[in-house]
Amino acid sequence: MMKLDYKIEGGDFTNAGHASSEVKKVLKKLNVDPKITRRVVVSLYEAEVNVVAHAYRGEIFVEISTNKIIIKLVDEGPGIHNVDQAMEEGYSTASEEVRQMGFGAGMGLANINKNTDELNIYSEVNKGTTVEMITYLDKN
Amino acid sequence: MTKSFFYHALKINEETCIGCSHCMNACPTEAIRVWNGKAIIDDDQCVDCGECERVCPVNAIYVEDDSFDDIFNFKYRIALFPSVFIGQFPEDVKASQVYSVMRHIGFTHVYEVERAVEILNSSIIKYQANSDIELPIISSFCPAIIRLIQVKYPSLVDNVLKLSTPSDIAAMFYKQKLIDEGISEDEIGIFYITPCAAKIAAVRSPVGEEKSIVDGVINLNNLHNRVYSEIKKGNVDNSIIPEPTELYDFELMWSFTRGEASRVKGRTLAIDGMKNVMEFLEMVENEEVSGIDYLECRACKEGCAGGILNNENRFLIVERLQKRVERNNQKKGKVVLSGIEKYSEYLVNNMQLGEVVPRSMMMLDSDMETAMQKMKEAQKIEVRLPGIDCGACGAPSCRALSEDIVKGNATQSHCVFVQKVLMSRGEINMETAFAIIDKIWGDKIVKGSKK
Repeated sequence: MMKLDYKIEGGDFTNAGHASSEVKKVLKKLNVDPKITRRVVVSLYEAEVNVVAHAYRGEIFVEISTNKIIIKLVDEGPGIHNVDQAMEEGYSTASEEVRQMGFGAGMGLANINKNTDELNIYSEVNKGTTVEMITYLDKN
Repeated sequence: MTKSFFYHALKINEETCIGCSHCMNACPTEAIRVWNGKAIIDDDQCVDCGECERVCPVNAIYVEDDSFDDIFNFKYRIALFPSVFIGQFPEDVKASQVYSVMRHIGFTHVYEVERAVEILNSSIIKYQANSDIELPIISSFCPAIIRLIQVKYPSLVDNVLKLSTPSDIAAMFYKQKLIDEGISEDEIGIFYITPCAAKIAAVRSPVGEEKSIVDGVINLNNLHNRVYSEIKKGNVDNSIIPEPTELYDFELMWSFTRGEASRVKGRTLAIDGMKNVMEFLEMVENEEVSGIDYLECRACKEGCAGGILNNENRFLIVERLQKRVERNNQKKGKVVLSGIEKYSEYLVNNMQLGEVVPRSMMMLDSDMETAMQKMKEAQKIEVRLPGIDCGACGAPSCRALSEDIVKGNATQSHCVFVQKVLMSRGEINMETAFAIIDKIWGDKIVKGSKK
């Protein structure tokens, strides 16, 4: 098993995508199927941007084993009022500023859901959100 | 290590190589190491982009092309050249002189590749209308980019346009045309004049097709020298009247940056230069960018005008072709038709490319468990390395060395900094340290007689 972790700063769009690029490099070196690698990286990128756009700060914990990849993003932030609503395509609470930067189209969580085998969201309003994404490697 | 199954056109001449490591530092895929005072290219990582050739101070990197005399194995010898070829000659040399000399030196037919662009262009637009394709479509034009995607961005193989290149379509057209004129297929030899190494590799080990339709590849630079000296000697036979079929503007400009992107539908981007392309494909792979319909990626800056086998400066080549476009516009209506439109159905049916297979070469081991162990080991080694990527170990970066070590291709003592530590601990002596340096850089460097 292998563990990686990364820190994210809220509002730092310049570095959003750093963790997903690093994780991608690792998965390629581990000979993980390119299609699975892409799904993992796409969902991690979305989740990273979510933290940058909405939270104050966060941390990413990645656990890679031969049968699954678990990625947990834990943030300190406003939390999500209604998780089910946030999962809907097109629903967004992103500020005008964030949208002008080309983010906040409201596809984030829906896209993550599509690209992971298991998605768990725990959120507490005014405290923060934990997003857990699990991808299985040994299904065929 | 598995046997390499890809042919490479870039070779190192061990006689001339001085092991200076310029190429190692320029290689975008980190495919080069220095050992025994010579550069070595790893066939699995190399994508034939030619960046190494550009920086070699002693011209030790060469391109393995077909011998010019191979054309005489055929009764009908077709030269298929890209429009950049004409751009090599000074203004006072007319295209008709070039055609004439090409006949004089042995070709029976001389054709321009770009004549096939229009039919490809309309096929791309039809292809774009297909709803179940991966977006963005990545152009199949540049063979170095196709190899880059296979090796480094394997999850993007399905994004590659599954249509052939102008040179292959042009080859199909001219071959079929001659067959229809009653010439037997085995008497026809089609020779592509290449401005780059990647195209040679693409012909010798094609991607997405069984066998290349081109019979041989000739180095553009060598041919230019041959043709230009004949012109200088005045060996232009004016009795041979060439039949140049004029090309459309967009056909002439197709191989340059934006040539293709400006002619296809939707939101398009044109990216040139290996580093720029790699940076962008990285983003495409993460889906950091969305809403792009078509990506034109070229390994060389300014597209094919920047190919390593060009004789002339890339910007001057582009300028000359632009002037040719202007001249064409002045004599509108006098275009000699090539007759390609009669073959459009045949060409459209035959320009489909098969699957582009990923051949990811980045893994540390094919078994994930082992790969993970190797990666952990490599990380432990890397933190002990200085992180300055000096290249004195014969590898392009500290990370590359740490991975070479876990793959069993190097040892920690290859690092000059680690050597100092080992010496201070008395684990190795000065003599051993010198012996290691000799092993990497050859025995001349320590003696001070490198050059």
